[in-house]
Amino acid sequence: MQKLTTSRRFIIALIFSVPMLVKMVLMPFGFHLPGGVITEFGLTTIVMAVSAAPFLKSSWSSFKKHHSNMDTLVAIGTMTAYLYSIYAMIVGQPVFFEGAALVVTFILLGQVFEERMRKNASSAVEKLLDLQAKDAIVIRDGQEVTIPLDQVVTGDLIKVLPGQKIAVDGTIVDGQSTVDESMVTGESMPVEKKAGDAVIGATINTNGSFVFKAGKIGEETMLSQIVEMVKKAQTSRAPIQNLTDRVSGIFVPIVLILAIATFLIWYVFLGSALSTVLVFAISILVIACPCALGLATPTALMVGTGLSAKHGILIKNGEVLEAVNQVKMVILDKTGTITVGQPVVTDVIGPEKKIMTLAGQLEKNSEHPLAIAVLDYAEKLGLNNQESAKNFAAIEGQGVTGELNGQTAFVGNTRLLAERQIDPDLQKKMQELQAEAKTVVLVGEADQVIGLVAIQDAPKASSKKAIADLKARGLKTVMLTGDNQLVAEAIADQVGIDQVITEVMPNDKADHVQAFQQEGAVAFVGDGINDAPALSTANVGIAMGSGTDVVIESGDIILVKNDLQDVATAIELSAKIFNRIKLNLFWAFIYNVLGIPVAAGLFYGIGFILSPELAGLAMAFSSLSVVTSSLLLNKTRLKTLAAKKSMA
Amino acid sequence: MDKILVMVAGLAAIAFIIWWFFGQHKVESAEVTLDDNQQMIDIQVDGGYSPEHIVLKQGVPATLNFTRTDPSGCLDHVVFADFGINQELPQGQKVSLKINTDQPGQYQWACGMDMFHGQVTVE
Repeated sequence: MQKLTTSRRFIIALIFSVPMLVKMVLMPFGFHLPGGVITEFGLTTIVMAVSAAPFLKSSWSSFKKHHSNMDTLVAIGTMTAYLYSIYAMIVGQPVFFEGAALVVTFILLGQVFEERMRKNASSAVEKLLDLQAKDAIVIRDGQEVTIPLDQVVTGDLIKVLPGQKIAVDGTIVDGQSTVDESMVTGESMPVEKKAGDAVIGATINTNGSFVFKAGKIGEETMLSQIVEMVKKAQTSRAPIQNLTDRVSGIFVPIVLILAIATFLIWYVFLGSALSTVLVFAISILVIACPCALGLATPTALMVGTGLSAKHGILIKNGEVLEAVNQVKMVILDKTGTITVGQPVVTDVIGPEKKIMTLAGQLEKNSEHPLAIAVLDYAEKLGLNNQESAKNFAAIEGQGVTGELNGQTAFVGNTRLLAERQIDPDLQKKMQELQAEAKTVVLVGEADQVIGLVAIQDAPKASSKKAIADLKARGLKTVMLTGDNQLVAEAIADQVGIDQVITEVMPNDKADHVQAFQQEGAVAFVGDGINDAPALSTANVGIAMGSGTDVVIESGDIILVKNDLQDVATAIELSAKIFNRIKLNLFWAFIYNVLGIPVAAGLFYGIGFILSPELAGLAMAFSSLSVVTSSLLLNKTRLKTLAAKKSMA
Repeated sequence: MDKILVMVAGLAAIAFIIWWFFGQHKVESAEVTLDDNQQMIDIQVDGGYSPEHIVLKQGVPATLNFTRTDPSGCLDHVVFADFGINQELPQGQKVSLKINTDQPGQYQWACGMDMFHGQVTVE
């Protein structure tokens, strides 16, 4: 009997209480159950013994531990109704067996639905793992063999045919294709991939075929990490929940006391009949069940974080949701966040070959994005096989120096000018280029600038729209950049940023964020390793794109796609989830706050009382409405996303 | 006379409820069994958790074995918010959970509806 599932218990309760329900409805028409009170007693006894027994057992075991739960209320409420009715039956008073039976039925109905919905809400993310490929074609000793996924090791060469799933994360070594990455990144457009590009496990290869080298396997893959992170977020706690924690611990005993007090007031002071007074007390116990209160936050968090993950937005925990709602301004890193992040050389002023040779030699070991642009351009000119500079030294935030052919040479930004010379023609040219929002790299020998390399990193296609969306939400937008005023403002004008802070040294970003926090809560959006301190300092750190592990660690929200538009979407989603939690808590409280006085007979004077069975129905409905409201988050329309779809 | 009796009984019941649920009562606490660099403990889930308070040694891998005998839907999940664990506990089955003991501190666990609580102390 212990093994009965909730749904079986519900079905048994339903079958045996339906005759009493029919009687209740048809009684005004003179209908009576054959056998009368004895039949009702028999039917209710079965319901109590089979369907309600687990409530009794559970509430007894928790009572012994000085705990109480919803089962305590249901058990005491229904047992009181049942035992009183037996007494009333013996002494020939009106009975209310049907009250006990129907309360059990309705409460179980609520639990059956609630169990199903909770399963729905929690399984969505785990299903992501089912997306993984089951096996992979691995090239070992020149032979193609198909092996199960768990036997793939790092470094394996894996062949992917058209239409196949990519087994693990890695880098393409040969071939090209278009890959549908929507299941991981939420990006709806397939992405072009060629040799050297990274591929993500569980995404689908469309038309071409290629061979890639396995980089990350098992729990290391992006998909596994996303699932892990979302699972953590789903079980995390939102601070708003502390209130319900405090309430739920003392709630049940207080309701018991309220029920007894109500009973005493009506019976002792107002002299009402015992049966009426019992109805009040039982209704209080039944309607007061705090289940909805406990479900309000976790279910919304679970559905909300799962939904965000589908859009490629990973929200780390419940605290982030509350923090996002306080945010008054969004500070954005420029390079790689607002702009594409891959600057290219647009102009070279001065003797091109000499300048590019020099710059190429100095930047050879650098991984700075500007250096990569310089090296790419040098390679185009066929100047890539030069030896690198000696006594190489980086001047942080300025550039690099080194020794070439016995002479010091330098390459870097305009801050180098503090100690170096530039002739007026080059200076004028430099300002012209900067007015076009190009970053100018100075190249020189000894203390003299001999040429300029202009590099531009254009804003991403979606940046303008994204900034507009943020402003539409009433957020102030600020751009932080190491570039100078002219360059920064040109970009800021193109995308519509409110305020620009220029010439920020990498390690000063966090200080600037802190300064802005005086005005209000700040969200920082960044993508590079040097953004990590700022991401941690900000009230909400939003890490962009395929970012490095460090960045993902310090971000509160991770955007899987490298698209600024998702910042607005993430903020909108967080607001939606947080509002839903508040709405749920409101409904859960309202049920109890309004329900208890009504059940206590407040409106008895005008002839309205809440019968135990109605209280049971209301109780079941309150849990259901909270879980349904959380699940409905899946259906909410997102303004930012809707706009993007229509653009595409 | 009846009414005075009912009144007294009612007030006595209220007093009992206050003492029983809000009074200071001993919490079942337990140290774990340690063997071969592995600490393990069985936790009964029946109207709450017994023991409710567990002390673990830092740095030694720990396994908590939950067995739910309570039929209540209230207790059908166990949630460790700090570890990202939200585990279903099928009635009558032993479910093992591995706990990371690298960081000392106090970690709460709760049932799926956050009505029942337990605590792990890592030291």
